[in-house]
Amino acid sequence: MLISIGHVTRYTYGLPAACSVHTLRLTPPSFEGQRVLSWRVEMPEIAGAVQYRDAFGNVSHLVSIPRSYDEISIIARGVVETKDKSGLVRGLMEAAPVRIFLRETPKTAPDSNIRALVADVAQADPIDRMHDLMRLVGERVEYAVGTTTASTSAAEALRTGRGVCQDHAHVFISAARLMGFPARYVSGYFLTGDILGSEAQHAWAEVYINGLGWLGFDPANQICPTESYIRLGCGLDSLSAAPITGNRTGGGNENLDVFVEVQQQSSAQQQ
Amino acid sequence: MYGSGEGVRPPYHAVAEWLGTQALGDLRQKLADAETMFRRTGITFAVYGSEDTSERLIPFDIIPRIISAAEWRKLAAGIEQRVRALNAFMFDIYHRQEIIRAGKVPEELIVSNSAFVPEMMGVSVPLGIYSHIIGIDIVRTGESDFFVLEDNTRTPSGVSYMLENRETMMHMFPDLFARNRVAPVENYPENLLKTLESVAPTGLKGEPTIALLTPGQFNSAYYEHSFLADQMGVELVEGRDLAVIDGYLQMKTTQGPRRIDVLYRRIDDDFLDPLVFRSDSVLGVPGLFDLYRAGRVTIVNAPGGGIADDKAIYSYIPEIIKFYTGRAPILQNVPTYNCRKADDLKYVLEHLPELVVKEVHGSGGYGMLVGPTASSSEIEAFRAKLTANPSNYIAQPTLALSTSPTMVEAGVAPRHLDLRPFVLVGDEVRMTAGGLTRVAMRAGSLVVNSSQGGGTKDTWVLQD
Amino acid sequence: MLGRTANDLYWLARYVERAENMARLIEVGYRIVLLPRDGEGAHEEWRSTLASAGCAQGFFDKHETLSTRDVINYLLFDCTNPSSVKSCLAAARRNGRAQRTSLTRDMWESLNAAWIEFSAIKPESVTAGELPRILDWVRSRSALYRGAMLNTILRNDTFFFMQLGTFLERADNTSRILDVKYYVLLPHVEMVGSGIDAVQWAAILRSVSAHRSYRWVYKENYKPWRIAEYLILNQAMPRSLRSCYEQIGVTLDDLAEYYGGQHACHGTATGTRQRLAKGDIDNIFQSGLHEFIEDFISRNNRLGNEVADAYHFNG
Repeated sequence: MLISIGHVTRYTYGLPAACSVHTLRLTPPSFEGQRVLSWRVEMPEIAGAVQYRDAFGNVSHLVSIPRSYDEISIIARGVVETKDKSGLVRGLMEAAPVRIFLRETPKTAPDSNIRALVADVAQADPIDRMHDLMRLVGERVEYAVGTTTASTSAAEALRTGRGVCQDHAHVFISAARLMGFPARYVSGYFLTGDILGSEAQHAWAEVYINGLGWLGFDPANQICPTESYIRLGCGLDSLSAAPITGNRTGGGNENLDVFVEVQQQSSAQQQ
Repeated sequence: MYGSGEGVRPPYHAVAEWLGTQALGDLRQKLADAETMFRRTGITFAVYGSEDTSERLIPFDIIPRIISAAEWRKLAAGIEQRVRALNAFMFDIYHRQEIIRAGKVPEELIVSNSAFVPEMMGVSVPLGIYSHIIGIDIVRTGESDFFVLEDNTRTPSGVSYMLENRETMMHMFPDLFARNRVAPVENYPENLLKTLESVAPTGLKGEPTIALLTPGQFNSAYYEHSFLADQMGVELVEGRDLAVIDGYLQMKTTQGPRRIDVLYRRIDDDFLDPLVFRSDSVLGVPGLFDLYRAGRVTIVNAPGGGIADDKAIYSYIPEIIKFYTGRAPILQNVPTYNCRKADDLKYVLEHLPELVVKEVHGSGGYGMLVGPTASSSEIEAFRAKLTANPSNYIAQPTLALSTSPTMVEAGVAPRHLDLRPFVLVGDEVRMTAGGLTRVAMRAGSLVVNSSQGGGTKDTWVLQD
Repeated sequence: MLGRTANDLYWLARYVERAENMARLIEVGYRIVLLPRDGEGAHEEWRSTLASAGCAQGFFDKHETLSTRDVINYLLFDCTNPSSVKSCLAAARRNGRAQRTSLTRDMWESLNAAWIEFSAIKPESVTAGELPRILDWVRSRSALYRGAMLNTILRNDTFFFMQLGTFLERADNTSRILDVKYYVLLPHVEMVGSGIDAVQWAAILRSVSAHRSYRWVYKENYKPWRIAEYLILNQAMPRSLRSCYEQIGVTLDDLAEYYGGQHACHGTATGTRQRLAKGDIDNIFQSGLHEFIEDFISRNNRLGNEVADAYHFNG
């Protein structure tokens, strides 16, 4: 499937921002299920960006803006060809040994609720266990916008029983690690079928299963990723996989607008 | 100073003879002079939580601690072996982790260790060196028994005291140096500079620019930071002086931004870069870590070096040395009980009054129990903490630390001491003969940390 | 050199100079208060001392009435007063400590010793008899520090920024004394020759340590316009505005050569320097002494800001 993506992040400030730096993990990788046909990241000073691969293999850009400004837009766009691999992720350039993804972070630290969740996982076969876990996470964390924030942890999300895709992924990862499976957070885009706003920016999880490799699970949609998923980057949690992070001086009254457009293209359009 | 038999050990002969000819009153006067010198030059040490001003002198003892040339040769060989192995270990841990695959070090001890920094995975550091400046704490328990008490691979401090103690001694007792052939120490700053220059980013053309990053003048080791920057002739910078500009780390000078190639940082990992580590840090530089990863700047010591001096890893160091060097360790570890192991925990709980128990991630002598000097209520309080979180602790037997004559209230008396040699690892391993001798000023005390009232002595390595 | 280092060195010099000037102001105020007069006059004197020191607002925020003890305490020891001698010495040492590597050992030791000794003084134990000794001590410490600097420091940017701090502060101090006391120097025919004026004139000269040198230079009794001329235009008098600006001009030229390039501050300093070099005291009186001083103070402040901008004092 050919998918075009346009992702605009726009910050405006009541008081000018000065001397900012930005880390962008906005460049999707090519691997067996995904081929990047064209991709561009645009923002001021991107020409002087420092490009590198981070600890989890993500192509990253460090951009610094040494002057003051009132608004800034970061735009990523391109065309990606995807294939349905039943969620299997193969052919990625892996930077870290898989055991690293057993590490807990403050966002994924388990509490008694997550331990209880793990105890309820029924199956024996590893893949079945993960599917069961995905089902349980979907049951216990209801999809609800606005009840959680970017800083909500897995334990908090499960306690309140509501959250968005980020929270589903965190709960799933926390539980999977507790069960001894290396698990990671994945950021990306999702072709919803309609032209919607930020919901097309998505997050899910990947679990390492011995003898099989990395397998994706999307507890928010209760499926393993299909050809409608575009994988951007991964990390230990939403922080280390964040597509955009930054630091600035000044810049009071920040206002953030995100617009994501994910559309299927016919191959004719691609020409 | 005294051996197992009667009498003074040979290296101490000349000093013991000299000591015999000195009137106590004169020695006291010299000690007072030394303190005045230290205070005037500003050699002070801030103690956290201490009410009495932010600046205090570390007690200085005017009687030197002496090591023979032969003793030092053995120590130096053992230390060099150790620092090479520690660096090989760090490289491996942050790359393929062969030592875990080989089953020599348990996986969870690395992966779930808070001293392990996953962001460091796969960084190519110049010359493959992570810890360029290492302090190895060594204790002596017998005529030829030296043990490594701990390794300091993060940002060891104290080297300025080693240098100033020698300066003070030479100023006050020139005749003593005439009688003994003492190995010099003043080449340390030059060696440090050479080491820093040797790990400049790969492909850099021209002379690297070096800067020393300090948290600022209220840090306990600020004197040392400014002393070393001065001795090397490099800028002493704070986070607010630095920024990522045009893809490089730059310092804000009177003539605008100027690029830095090697950053000798004296702030902890957590504070280096708010984008990657603690987001509330104002001591570091946003974007610094990304630049490091991209090979635009070298951070010395590398972030994540704490994995090598973690107390939970300590007991595996002999194994680590064998794994990477193929040889048996020259210097021995102190026997250590890992309280995360059930058997060890059981033993420790049964023998608390005999043991020294330390927090795995503690430093500076904080949060430890010294069994033999602790009251029974202190022991019981510690037992509760230990039982609640065993994997947070290790325990070691109380060692019969060597003593050296020291000036105290009552006159000259023996006090326990340790030794911290400073090792530099770059294009070669550079070592200064001796190191910093720390001495427990209270009779019978085994705690030598300056933050706990320990003092220092000049350390002499005699030449043949 | 780091911009922050330049900033610290500049302010280190300003604070040392300020401590010394403060000691001199207290000394002069105290001398006048000691004269046999009614209490009201003594209070007025302290009022103008506080104004010259730029501390009037702060003092009256804390104290309702003027008393000699309160004023001296406020100007010497009060840590809430940023211009007290104690605050100045603390700030000087703090800046010096932050830039320990830029100072020579002699400089640091004199600075550090000054702070250690001064902070050991207990304000409540200072008697009237001891005050002159303490004030002398402050001045001698400042002299010792400057002597150590002049004798030991390399003539590079470290030196230049400290020189700028010293002379901008000194010019500021002299101009503020003139600003507060200018009316004493205005011609009032009926007052000329009265004892009070002579005392006030002497006080102005004393507050810049110029009461003896005046006679060597002018070889006549105090005349108010001569005093004004001496403090504003005389190139030989080391605390005159002209002399300060000669030093500032030379130092900025040195910096321009050292770094290779001029900034806005160079133009501003040259303008002020030329104004003082070509100045004529009769013209100044004619067009208004007070206006002249006020204009000078604002130019001097502007120069300080321009120096800070040009050399990235704040990053």
